[in-house]
Amino acid sequence: MNQNNQKDTANNKNGIYDVGIDKGASRLTPEKIRKVFDALVETEGGARLRAYTNACVHCGLCSDACHHFLSKDNDPRLSPAGKVKQTISRILNKKAKLDVDFVKQACETVFTECNLCRRCVIYCPFGIDVAYLMLFVRRGCHQLGVVPQYIQDTAHSHASTFNQMWVRDDEWIDTLQWQEEEARDEIPDLRIPIDKKGADIFYSLIGPEPKFRAQLIYQMAVIFHMAGADWTLPSAPGWDNSDMCMFTGDMEMTARLKKIHFEAAMDLKAKRIVMGECGHAFRSVYDVGNRTLGWKMPPLPMVHAIEFYAEIFREKRIEILEKFDRPVTLHDPCNIVRGRGLGDEARYVINETCSTFIELEPNREHNFCCGAGGGVINCGPPFKNKRVESNRVKADQLAAARDKGAEVLIAPCHNCHGGLEDVIHHYELGLELKFLGDIIYECMKKE
Amino acid sequence: MQQQQEKWDWTTGQRKIGDFPAWQDRFSYMEEPYVSGDGEKIAAIVKTEDETFTACVNGTLWESQYDNLWHLCFTPDQRALALVSDMAMWTVAVDGTAWENWYEFVWKPCFAKNAPHITVAAQKELRYRALTNDVPWENEFFALTHLTVSPDGKTAAAVVQDTKLPEADIEKFQESGFTVAINGKPWNNHYVNIWELAFSANGIHLAAELRTSLYDYTIAVDDQAWKKRYAGVWAPRFHPLDHSVTAPVRMAGGWGLAKDDEILWDPKYVQLWHHMYSPDGSRIAAITAPEYGKWTITVNDRPWKIRFTELVTDAVFSPAGDRVGCVGKTEGQWYVAIDDQIWGTGQDMAWQPVFSPDSTHVAAKVEKNGQFAILLNGRPIDMTFADAWQPAFSPDSRKLLIRAILPQNQGGHYCRIVLDVDSVALSERRPGNA
Repeated sequence: MNQNNQKDTANNKNGIYDVGIDKGASRLTPEKIRKVFDALVETEGGARLRAYTNACVHCGLCSDACHHFLSKDNDPRLSPAGKVKQTISRILNKKAKLDVDFVKQACETVFTECNLCRRCVIYCPFGIDVAYLMLFVRRGCHQLGVVPQYIQDTAHSHASTFNQMWVRDDEWIDTLQWQEEEARDEIPDLRIPIDKKGADIFYSLIGPEPKFRAQLIYQMAVIFHMAGADWTLPSAPGWDNSDMCMFTGDMEMTARLKKIHFEAAMDLKAKRIVMGECGHAFRSVYDVGNRTLGWKMPPLPMVHAIEFYAEIFREKRIEILEKFDRPVTLHDPCNIVRGRGLGDEARYVINETCSTFIELEPNREHNFCCGAGGGVINCGPPFKNKRVESNRVKADQLAAARDKGAEVLIAPCHNCHGGLEDVIHHYELGLELKFLGDIIYECMKKE
Repeated sequence: MQQQQEKWDWTTGQRKIGDFPAWQDRFSYMEEPYVSGDGEKIAAIVKTEDETFTACVNGTLWESQYDNLWHLCFTPDQRALALVSDMAMWTVAVDGTAWENWYEFVWKPCFAKNAPHITVAAQKELRYRALTNDVPWENEFFALTHLTVSPDGKTAAAVVQDTKLPEADIEKFQESGFTVAINGKPWNNHYVNIWELAFSANGIHLAAELRTSLYDYTIAVDDQAWKKRYAGVWAPRFHPLDHSVTAPVRMAGGWGLAKDDEILWDPKYVQLWHHMYSPDGSRIAAITAPEYGKWTITVNDRPWKIRFTELVTDAVFSPAGDRVGCVGKTEGQWYVAIDDQIWGTGQDMAWQPVFSPDSTHVAAKVEKNGQFAILLNGRPIDMTFADAWQPAFSPDSRKLLIRAILPQNQGGHYCRIVLDVDSVALSERRPGNA
């Protein structure tokens, strides 16, 4: 049921009605809003919050780092410092009135006008983590019950099924067996091992794979098979490493999701976790979720698919029959390149698999976000046009690579795929989008 | 279980079973083997010459062959069980005989430790139910998760949805759509989410971990929610004798333990989960992080002195309840720890330690450099294996059963090895500190 038809009460700056925002906010009073935010600052706003908010001198160096700001003709309201000023700064100002309109505006700002990409962090002279500040406000919005409908629904899915796509336990297993059967037409002895205790690798992925992109499971199974990997997937929940609750501010559910993910791997006595091509999930598993639970680092070694691919190429465990012959370019996903530094590893894998590589400019940690990350794409159809229009700079960046000859855009991240698909379509860029796994599968020896 | 184990063959010695090495040549496709608890059977999923699948148990194929077969395992009473498919329908097969009821999917077989009952989750036409011993629940639901069985195996419970949630209707979701069904009969109350379920020792009472809003977490016992709401809860457990309920709860940023909605352990822990009772109920142990990133076992609210920096898992009480063991990990190395003492050098992997019935001996399976070994009271038994399963002690605690596959240079046979605990040859390696 789409509840977004009721536009009569829409009252935010873009005229977009979202039941999660509008109906949620309609239940609030200024007193409650102030009480909830003050309590949040008191209980969870420690030195980090104070340091970041006190250190900002509004120099504006963050502005040109933000794709929202650049794409919307340098609208100062969309600069990172501007978003801070409109949201957390008002919350911290005890004299500021926090009414229903403020909450709706703030909610739309922090959920749909910041991708938590942290590009601005590397241009800020003080290293202020604006993403942290936006997440802090999202946490308050969650506590107020004001969260965009579609991402809230995804959080509900996480809470009920431990995956983000409402995939039932039986659907998950059935999908694995279906992909195994399909793959056996190509490689008769191929196996997708479910619940294999003591396997070296616990492979985790995100909900959209069994729901919409089951061929990625097939492809990864072929890669594991040909690399001689001893791997497994769990039949029970814990297989989905994604985490929209981290983005809605429901950190209690983030903790629950990461607990079941790591414990699924521990129960199978796997020695390490290899995760699929997803960026935000990497941040949740490697940084946020584990630490929320009291683990300084992930309790089991875990690597992103890019690292695993690089490993099997270095160890010559798979063979490329013929390199991918169409010119490719690479989108560096924020969470695994700016956040984890996997840019060189991604280029190593591309060099092993592709004959012509054309860099996006800027690239690596300076790359522009896809516009989908940080849960923005998960806020759903109401915000789609706004999201795509807020990433014109990405389209310009991609167009420049296309004009140099790139035909295929590689994006080793699910959210990036979603965002880039929309950008490519909206701006009629004519690029084909692929995962690294698509390229490897297409070019590798399979006998 | 104890009664069953008395019937096992405890004759000291090594016995080859099933001519396992020949299987590799016999089948074009074979999955990893599973062995029965008594060690008398070894089984694997294999592909037949007809391109169908079946189970090979001690070298004998099940008479029935299937389009697909998964989740091969042994029940506590040593029967081989698998989930099998024909013509896109699924059921349970036990010792090669399929149940009469077939579904579009079946999964999660559940067993009681001391009873022959088998319960499984099933789905047909997107309606969900459970079956125990091939008898389906009368009621079906729109969703079913967290299937759990009582200690006697006669009662099954699950988290269910008895009304269909409209897609993306966040308002409806938060009005509470989940409840618990026991043998198919739902509770009266509904909750926003329900997770782990726990039966009392007598199987009469059921506790559930849940939230009543997006923010309010608590425990419900027999459909009555505790009055207090917490920032978080983990799985509840019943006291084995008086049926009171305890659960880890989060308050003011820390985790403690609540008993019947009153704080038993103050919420001073960074983390506290997987608590458990000694058999007599006098002691409670839990995996805890008394400090951020430092993990240990806490018994009756007193943390051990040792700390692991990466994780603690597989905690277990001895049968007498006087000892506690666990597995911990520090700097990438896995260790067994018993009663606040870490065993030996680090391993590539370690499994839950196993206590003898009299609690005097402890054995644990470990892996190092691709070889498996059994530690006994902290020292390796002087044998290594290509694969091994959890060891078991005889009811008199004097014998140790090892179920293992010998290394290739010793023939690669699956063997059932019974050792005399008092005269077992141990390696010279001695326990030390991590």
